[in-house]
Amino acid sequence: MPTITINNLEVRADAGMTILEAARAHNFKIPTLCHYPDLDIKSDCRICVVELIGQKGLVTACSTPVYEGMAVKINSPRALNARKAITEMILANHDAECTACVRNMNCELQRLAESTGIVKNRFESILEVKPVDKSNPSLVRNSNRCIKCGRCIDACKTIQGIGVLDIAGRGHDSDVTTAFGKALADVFCTYCGQCSAVCPVGAIMEKDSTDVVWEAIDHPDKHVIVQVAPAIRVSLGEELGLALGSIVTGKIVAALKMLGFSKVFDTNFTADLTIIEEGHELINRMKNGGKLPLITSCCPGWVRYAEHQYPDLLDNLSTCKSPQQMFGALAKTYYAQRENLNPKDIFVVSIMPCTAKKYEASRPEMSYNGQDPDVDAVLTTRELAKMIKQMGIEFENLREQKFDKPDEVTTGAAAIFGATGGVMEAALRSVKEILDERPLEQLEFDRVRGYEGIREAEVTIKGETVKVAVAHTLSQAKKIADDIRLGTSPYAFIEVMACPGGCVGGGGQPYGTTHEKSRERIQTIYQVDRLMKVRKSHDNAAVANLYSNYLGEPSGKLAHTLLHTKYTPR
Amino acid sequence: MLEHKLITKHIGNIDPLSIDDYVGVGGYAMFKKALGMTRLDIHDAFEASKLRGRGGAGFPVAIKLMAMAKETRKPKYVICNADEGEPGNFKDRYLMENNPHQIIEGMLIAAYATGSSHGYLYIRGEYAQSMATMQQAIEAARQAGYLGSNILNSRFDFDLEIRSGAGSYVCGEEFALLESIEGKAGRTRVKPPFPTAKGLFNQPTLINNVETLATFPVIIAMGGEAYAKIGTPTSTGTKLISLSGNVRKKGVYEVPFGVSMRKIIEELGGGVGAGRKIQMIQLGGACGPIIPEYMLDMVIDFERFEEFESKTGAGAIIVIDDRHDMFAILEQVSEFFTHESCGKCTPCREGNVHMRNVLRRFVNKTATEQDLLMLENQARVIHQTSLCGLGQTAPTAIISTLHYFRFDYLNRIEDSMQEVA
Repeated sequence: MPTITINNLEVRADAGMTILEAARAHNFKIPTLCHYPDLDIKSDCRICVVELIGQKGLVTACSTPVYEGMAVKINSPRALNARKAITEMILANHDAECTACVRNMNCELQRLAESTGIVKNRFESILEVKPVDKSNPSLVRNSNRCIKCGRCIDACKTIQGIGVLDIAGRGHDSDVTTAFGKALADVFCTYCGQCSAVCPVGAIMEKDSTDVVWEAIDHPDKHVIVQVAPAIRVSLGEELGLALGSIVTGKIVAALKMLGFSKVFDTNFTADLTIIEEGHELINRMKNGGKLPLITSCCPGWVRYAEHQYPDLLDNLSTCKSPQQMFGALAKTYYAQRENLNPKDIFVVSIMPCTAKKYEASRPEMSYNGQDPDVDAVLTTRELAKMIKQMGIEFENLREQKFDKPDEVTTGAAAIFGATGGVMEAALRSVKEILDERPLEQLEFDRVRGYEGIREAEVTIKGETVKVAVAHTLSQAKKIADDIRLGTSPYAFIEVMACPGGCVGGGGQPYGTTHEKSRERIQTIYQVDRLMKVRKSHDNAAVANLYSNYLGEPSGKLAHTLLHTKYTPR
Repeated sequence: MLEHKLITKHIGNIDPLSIDDYVGVGGYAMFKKALGMTRLDIHDAFEASKLRGRGGAGFPVAIKLMAMAKETRKPKYVICNADEGEPGNFKDRYLMENNPHQIIEGMLIAAYATGSSHGYLYIRGEYAQSMATMQQAIEAARQAGYLGSNILNSRFDFDLEIRSGAGSYVCGEEFALLESIEGKAGRTRVKPPFPTAKGLFNQPTLINNVETLATFPVIIAMGGEAYAKIGTPTSTGTKLISLSGNVRKKGVYEVPFGVSMRKIIEELGGGVGAGRKIQMIQLGGACGPIIPEYMLDMVIDFERFEEFESKTGAGAIIVIDDRHDMFAILEQVSEFFTHESCGKCTPCREGNVHMRNVLRRFVNKTATEQDLLMLENQARVIHQTSLCGLGQTAPTAIISTLHYFRFDYLNRIEDSMQEVA
């Protein structure tokens, strides 16, 4: 354990630590900008420069390893001046109209400018204004705000294994862009939004839907209902000042009511429905020699990836719509009938941890009449937080409220959808119990839990061993899909989630989401599950009622019309 | 005699394309001699020679060789950096086009000493003639059995390929060069790790400049101690000087370290044109300091040059006579770096534009005192915080002129104020 000196204080550091890590371990905060915990160290922005005693230049804390006897000064006048000047240089090539930016008051560059003591930028602006790319259904890229930190590039390339974005050009002309500067709609973007989640500024962000939602709420003839995805209740609190891992389900319902939604429903209801439909699909395929492995299809980023990269495997995808779209389809049919409403007057909003859900809602097949969408607007966790702030709601003081009927009955199985491995576990709980024809001895399938990129398990169902696998992030999904293509995949059922950790780490989740935070949220999700009275989807009485009152049999004709979909090679 | 020809000894006496000519003057014999030595002996010879890299940074060669020897991962690579992109430098080209086999022999010795099996010669994109000459020499060496497997029945394998970029200056920086060979855009990497630990394709890699590698056979021939007696105690051996600018006899000259710049310019270069005076010189190239005429008695020496917060550079001397406006030169230098910055790190990408813009105001006589203060701060910050050598040395000319020619800045500001009035 090397001893190092930070400012004038002698501290112990672990061998292999960087100056930044050692300083943080001892509560010295060194500002950073391009650095992001789960991504490669780039040391491009040079903000974290510190003075290394005995060296002429300054060194970056993020990339310089500590050694015995090292002495650094974090805030020497030289380091402070350099940090300030570099920040000014960044600002001089940045659209710094902060009040007109979605990241206002929640921007890493703004915080940096404040902490480095910039009052007036001494550097003249050299920004050359470029058009904003709004072509993509989920994401908007404003390169005038881009500070070329490279985080989005890493998220797309390293985490997802895709690489839609990269640096082109050099020097002052270098720009984060797509291949040949194509529109973001014309490249192979899966809409996962991991780029937007790691962007320190407002250069790439979800396409804003808050305005249309406000308008719908204000519209006298619109009946505006909202559904809340499982992963939101363990993450929204963070964005609104509550502790990491807070469960805020009841507060969300209360806040949504205050925002003016007529009815607030839980996507968990249709998550259970998804399990019933997908479970039966798996059972049918296993019994009747159907295409295996069956792969989950509730993640639209994964679906888009498969349509583009593995068109030959589309028959392996479950034909089930995602819980969001099952909800939308039922809202415009079953719910409209029940409430005696014209489906055209129903405006369905979903709160999702995801940017790709915006795209999913816009897919032409996701329409009850071939014209109007089942889900009219999708808000990310961040957008909901923004609306709550706009409304001036004191979120932490809200009294908890319950979801509207009939969805108040939810299960632990649905709750765990938000975690990687959750859909798999929920499906196994139902499929095994239904096929074994006796109650499960153990509800938890520990082998599919965890955070490894790919996890596999063997489950004995009706005396037969069934191999299943779970993958999160698209770079891991690729390995699984390549095996299927080669015919070497041993699995019957596979869950794929595009984002790290599953939906808890979705591209629409609060800024600053890391693996560490996602793991924390996953723990909270399993806690929600443990606290549930009903923990299996097929025990959800409300879902059973829906079948007996409206849908008929699982996998039946009406269920197929409303709850299943098809895929297109792209 | 001011010149001391060690590595350029055979130039002019042999046909560069004839391997027989080269062998005839003792070529490849030093590689054979090295094959008979232990790796430790070779290392000791380089340590005793005190040879420092000739590419500009002056890093001790023996330290790199030792770092490579400690690496057990295979394959290991030897790379010859022939991306001579620094304005005012042309000595690597001179070596490649006039004695290519000496470079190959140097690479062979380096490869043998470090246990490397493969080499790359990264030649500047604009050097078509150098590429053609080196390619022919490599083929001849392969034919003669100096490259390939089991060379001269020594069970030592080594082969060599030429690579080239598209003319980007930063590709002379070792990490950008590695990226370029790997087929990526020429942008530097985070360090550490250094190339000897994780270089080309993340394997241990020795990178040296053309001139450095051409010195390898010389050191094997004369021994490290004898080599170290040439030059000065801290800067041993000889240095190729690329002499250019407002001087009568431009060219490449090999001189021992310790010779004064005035002697090089006057005795070898024949001085400036009639009726002209030396105003200043730029050392090393665009990335080097600009110093006044009264400092020309300073000798070529690594230690002395470090006073400029810059290294000797690769040995360029650009003579600037009294016809030139210093600010026009500085603006050109700054424009060069603005154009060549790879864009990876903030200070270099953004800062060079700002420095160039301020310098333009000095050229246009619209500069203010605030501009001077800003330029000074920008130059310091870019120098101290840039990720690679390009950014770190981009402001060297500015920093040095702010020091030696401060009155010129102040006068120009005064002129600017008068123009406004």
